[in-house]
Formats: sequence, C-alpha cells, structure tokens
Amino acid sequence: MSTNELTGAEILVKSLIEENVEYIFGYPGGAVIGVYDAMHDMSHIQHILTRHEQGAVHAAEGYAKATGKVGVVVVTSGPGATNTVTGIADAYMDSVPIVVFTGQVATHLIGNDAFQEADIIGITRSITKHNFLVKNVGELAWTIKAAFHIASTGRPGPVVVDMPKDVMASKTTFVYPKEIKMRGYHPFYFGHMGQINKAVEIINASHKPVLYVGGGVVNSNASNELVNLAKKLNAPVAMTLMGLGAYPGDDELSMGMLGMHGTWYSNKAVDECDCLVAIGSRFDDRVTGNPATFSPNSKKIHIDIDPSAISKNVKVDVPIVGDVRHVLERLTPLVQPLDTKDWLKQIDGWKREHPLRYENGPEIRAQYIIEKIYELTKGEAIVTSDVGQNQMWTAQFYKFKNPRSNITSGGLGTMGFSFPASVGAAFGVKDRPVFSINGDGGIQMNIQELTTAVGNKLPIKIVILDNGYLGMVRQWQDLFYKKRYTHVSLGTNPDFAKIAEAFGAAGFVSDKADDVVPILKKALKINDRPVVIDFRTTEEDNVYPMIPSGGTFAQIMDYPKSVEEIQMAKAHSEAVK
Amino acid sequence: MKKHTISISVENKFGALNRIVGLFSARGYNIDSISVGTSEDDTVARVTIVSKGDDDVIEQIIKQLNKLIDVTKVVDLTYESYVERELVLVKVAANRNSRTEIMQISEIFRSKVIDISPRSVTIEATGSEQKVSALVKMLEPFGIKEIARTGRVALKREFEGAV
Repeated sequence: MSTNELTGAEILVKSLIEENVEYIFGYPGGAVIGVYDAMHDMSHIQHILTRHEQGAVHAAEGYAKATGKVGVVVVTSGPGATNTVTGIADAYMDSVPIVVFTGQVATHLIGNDAFQEADIIGITRSITKHNFLVKNVGELAWTIKAAFHIASTGRPGPVVVDMPKDVMASKTTFVYPKEIKMRGYHPFYFGHMGQINKAVEIINASHKPVLYVGGGVVNSNASNELVNLAKKLNAPVAMTLMGLGAYPGDDELSMGMLGMHGTWYSNKAVDECDCLVAIGSRFDDRVTGNPATFSPNSKKIHIDIDPSAISKNVKVDVPIVGDVRHVLERLTPLVQPLDTKDWLKQIDGWKREHPLRYENGPEIRAQYIIEKIYELTKGEAIVTSDVGQNQMWTAQFYKFKNPRSNITSGGLGTMGFSFPASVGAAFGVKDRPVFSINGDGGIQMNIQELTTAVGNKLPIKIVILDNGYLGMVRQWQDLFYKKRYTHVSLGTNPDFAKIAEAFGAAGFVSDKADDVVPILKKALKINDRPVVIDFRTTEEDNVYPMIPSGGTFAQIMDYPKSVEEIQMAKAHSEAVK
Repeated sequence: MKKHTISISVENKFGALNRIVGLFSARGYNIDSISVGTSEDDTVARVTIVSKGDDDVIEQIIKQLNKLIDVTKVVDLTYESYVERELVLVKVAANRNSRTEIMQISEIFRSKVIDISPRSVTIEATGSEQKVSALVKMLEPFGIKEIARTGRVALKREFEGAV
C-alpha cells in the first residue's frame, strides 16, 4: 500500500477544504467516529457542535441563506440522520444549498437492522435535490464534488451523502476532481432570446405593471439587476415572503409583501395590474389564494430557473426558463421606460387608505417591537423569523434593505427554525447585528442551541413575542372555528429570561410598551453572548390584512378599525344623511 | 384523461428506479403500468411508464422526471409515432371439452401454448395492450386462474408511417 493513500474520513476533510468550507455544523456518533478522528487536527475548518442534529441543519441553512455559500452538516447514522429530516425538507422547499453527510453502518450490515441503522437514502429521497450512498472509497471524492455542485447550481437544494463506516475507514489515493460532468444534470442559465423578446413586447405595452418577486432573485444574486429593471420601468414591486430583501423595502416602488398576509395595496395592485412579471417566484398558494382568480386582468411573464415551477399553479403567457440574473441582464436593456405616473398615484392612494397598522397602548404590541427593531437597526440587521404570527409581523414591519438578511422558513413552515438558523447566520456574517424573532411556542422547539450560541459567544438578539398562545392557530380558531380554542394556550410557559441566564446568556423580560426601546438598546450593547428578550405581548391579536386560504382579493380582511374610527365614520355618514 | 406512454432513460444504478416510482407516489401521479430493463447502453436503463392524466399533469410529470439527476432523457411517445408491445402469460382452466376451443382462440391471436396440464393451459401472448386485453376477455369465460403482464414497452418509430 502506497503511503500517500488516505482513508475515506481523511478524504472527506481534504475535500471540504477543497470546497473552501469554513464551518461544519455537526454532532458525532458511533458511525462517524472515524470521520471525527480525521477532524481532530483539522485546520481551515471550524466544527460547530450543536446540541441537536435538527439544530445543525437549520444552522447550516441560516449560514447558507446569509452568505450564499453551501452549508455543511455532519451527523451520525440512525437517529442522528433521522433528526436531520425536518431541516432537509425545509432546505428543499426553500431551495437552500446544503450538503448533509450522514454516517451509515458498515456496508456488510446495511439491511440487517443493525444498531443505529436507518435507510436515510430512502427516507430523504423525496426531500433532497439528490442523494448518494457511497459504496466504495474510490467514488468518495467524486461524490463530494458532485454533492457540492448539485447543491449550489441550478435551483439550489439539499444533497445527502450517506457514508458507511467501513468505506470511510478504507484507503485510496486522493484526487479531487476539478470539474464534474453528469449526463442527467444540465441547469439552464440563459433564457431563450425569443421568449425574452416576447416578454419585452408585453412589458412595453403595459400601463399598470407589477413585478412579483421571490426568493429566486436572492438565490441568483440579482438584486441590483432587479432594482435596475424596476427603476427603468417605474414599476411597483411586490415581494413574496422569501423575496423580502431582494428589493429595498424602504424604496418608494416597494409595496412590501403580497399574499395571504401581504399588504392590502400590493394585493390590490396584483389584482388590478395589466402585466405581472413573476421573477424567481413560484405562484405558491400562500400568494395566489384561488389560482383561478389570481391577478385576473394581467398578461403574465414568469422567469424561473426551474422548468417545473412554470405553469404548475397558474398558467402564464410567456415563460422564460433561466437564471434570474442572466435573464434580467438581457431583458432590461430591451424594455422602454413606462409612463406609470397614474398607476403609481393610484397605488399611493391605496397605501394611504390601507396602510399596515396596529393600535399602540400600554400593552406591548408585537408589531411595535418589530417596528422598533427596524428603526434601531435601520433595516440592516439579519433577521431570522420562525413560523406563524411572529413571522408575518416580521415580514410586514421589518423593511429589509438588503438581500440575504431575511431568513425564514417559507415553504415548509418549520417551527423551531428561527433560533438555530440565527446561530448559523451569526457565524456567516459578523459585521451586522443578528436578530432571531420567535413565538413563545417555536422557541421551545430548539432552545437547546442556547448552549451553542453561548459557547461560541454569539451576540444574537433572541426576541420572543410572547403572547401565551400558538398565535396563528389561535387566530384561525378565532376566525374560522367559532373561537373554540383547542390546545393553543401555552399557559405554563417557563420564565425565558431565567432560562437564558441558566444557559449563560443575558435575559430580559417586560410587558410594558415603554420598556421595548430601552431593552432593545441594552441588548444591542451586549456583544459577548446571546440575549434573550421575553416581551409579553397582547394575548389575542390577529395578523391583518388576511385573505383566507384559497380565497380571492375580494375577501381580504383589513385591520379592524378602532372603535373611535367606527364612531367617527358613523357620525359622518349620519351627518351626510 | 388520456393515457400517455412515457419513455425514460435513467442511469442504471442503485436506487434510480426508486426515484422515479417515488416521484409518482409522492406527487400523487398515477401509474397504469411500468416496465424496466437495460437499454442498448448497459449503463442506462429504459423505463416505460403508462400514466393517465390531464395535459397539465402530464406536463408536470415530465418536468419533474427531467429534474431527477439520474434521469438522462424523457420522451412522451404519445405525440410521436411509436411501436408498443406487451407480453402476457395467462393460465386458463381447461379440460377435455374446452381445451380445443382455448387453443383455437390462442391461434387466432397468434399466441403460444407454453404449458399444459389436465386442468389448465398457459398461453403466452404479445401485442398491443388492446390485443392482449381482447385475448384475456375471450379467455375469461373458461375461468382464468392467473395472469402476469409485463406492462407496456415502447420505442419511437424510425420512419413515419412504417408498420
């Protein structure tokens, strides 16, 4: 045996260095003990020990979303692997580039119901972009290269590499391939020029255009190209949950989010527009409601790198398959500046009549907290959110200025995502504050990662919008189930501030609106450990506007007007009589 | 809803067929029949799937199949000129009185008797799905004991109009 042969474990480490990996989020175990041994003297790469494998995957996702680089996870076989499933499914739905290396029992034991054996390839087949079982060490380096290539190109997504213990122990000569060719994988980047020309014709003939922008713009790093297009056309921009940050939220052409809990005016504009340009968005049901009545008056153009996203939910007039950035680079020079003065004026009127709103008072309103975080950080923080009301309020009231600062679980809607994702984001981005917005339900799903955050001195601001309820489910029970609240009360919540202190983090708690800004300011000064802020907010508050699931714009519920306003309106109408 | 014959070329390796079948079940698509074997290139397997669906469902099926990394080519033969065959083995109940008639039916369909016993006859038939189904229907009155069908295999025709 020649001396420059390496074990599979050593090849893994060398390959990760070749891929310029900075961090591995992982958790050791029996089947990967050899791999961990190879990491003992590893330089260039830092291993972050999370406290649960699900936390490791969400951290890798947060890192990938914040930096645009591939997130890397290493876990053991069996339960280590199955614990990654939720995170992998989450990454699949939101097109997040991660590579998850799972340990596996030795090849001769596969299929024997061996200790800590699970068929993770079978389990993850439908929630990965691709997965590999490495059957011999000779194919390991190629497989790792392929995994990174598949995860990060085309429509990004998660890739699983299953590594049997004996394969990682056997030896071969290490050659890392420079290039990789797969006959079944050719992502298509450049949109068809004929289609682009058709789109230009429709756009140039439009008077009431809307750009409907999704996470694809973020993934293809096309924010500048998007701004160029919007400014040239003078076209208003509506963003999906995943698209927030792709266009500056404080710009006058921004209409914020559209869809179920989007702004009244963005939904109205989509309903009335004569040309809808969908850019890196996928006509998700949370955006369209009833697809048959979605944006009924518009010609539709759809730019997406994934051909299967096109005409899946809504038929479009001109599909353009390609990378958003490449397509916009070729499309923008061909369009004419549009005269949209009247259209923008109309939208401005709607913005004034139906703004995002809430009532302030002595109690803390969740919306107020987000608004103050926005003001204090000038829209430039990285903000991860969980799922439910906290996520929608973050989307509505934090006007993200930059791409890759809005990190949330959009497609899968994973509770417990926000906090571990913020851990990964905090490793990836050191020069901006990182906020993790949570409900009092979701924070309890991955609270163990406080250890990881404290151990690594990550100054994450963990804000809990604590209303004592699983708020979004309570809202649906309120609106659609006759207020029959069933198992949504979280009345026995722990004292989160004390929990924080027990973990070695800083803890704050308050139920007074006047405390919000002072506490946030104090938190922003703490730079050597995480801060947990338990804001006890108004218990029963609903997210508005709301278009009921599967509904149409006509069914939109705006924020209920205050008693005073209703009385004033009544008095006014009586006076008119 | 129209029946579509979809021919899929896929890397001939571990788990690749699973990806295709898994895709159909995960997304709720229907499979009427599926047949698999190696192609002219032994690193590529050819899978022929017959599926029913509206045009937009079939369009999605083809796009989703194309997204699988191991799939190298997908052709919906329905819009092409193609030849298709299915092979069926039918074990029919038979006795002295019925055996001759069964064998006559078999001959009309140009199928072969490949096994015989005092109480049964096994017939091998190939042809289009319709032909195979017609044969099965004709044999039903005698009492069918067992049937094994391969499902449809198909290839694109080289010359339009040729038989």
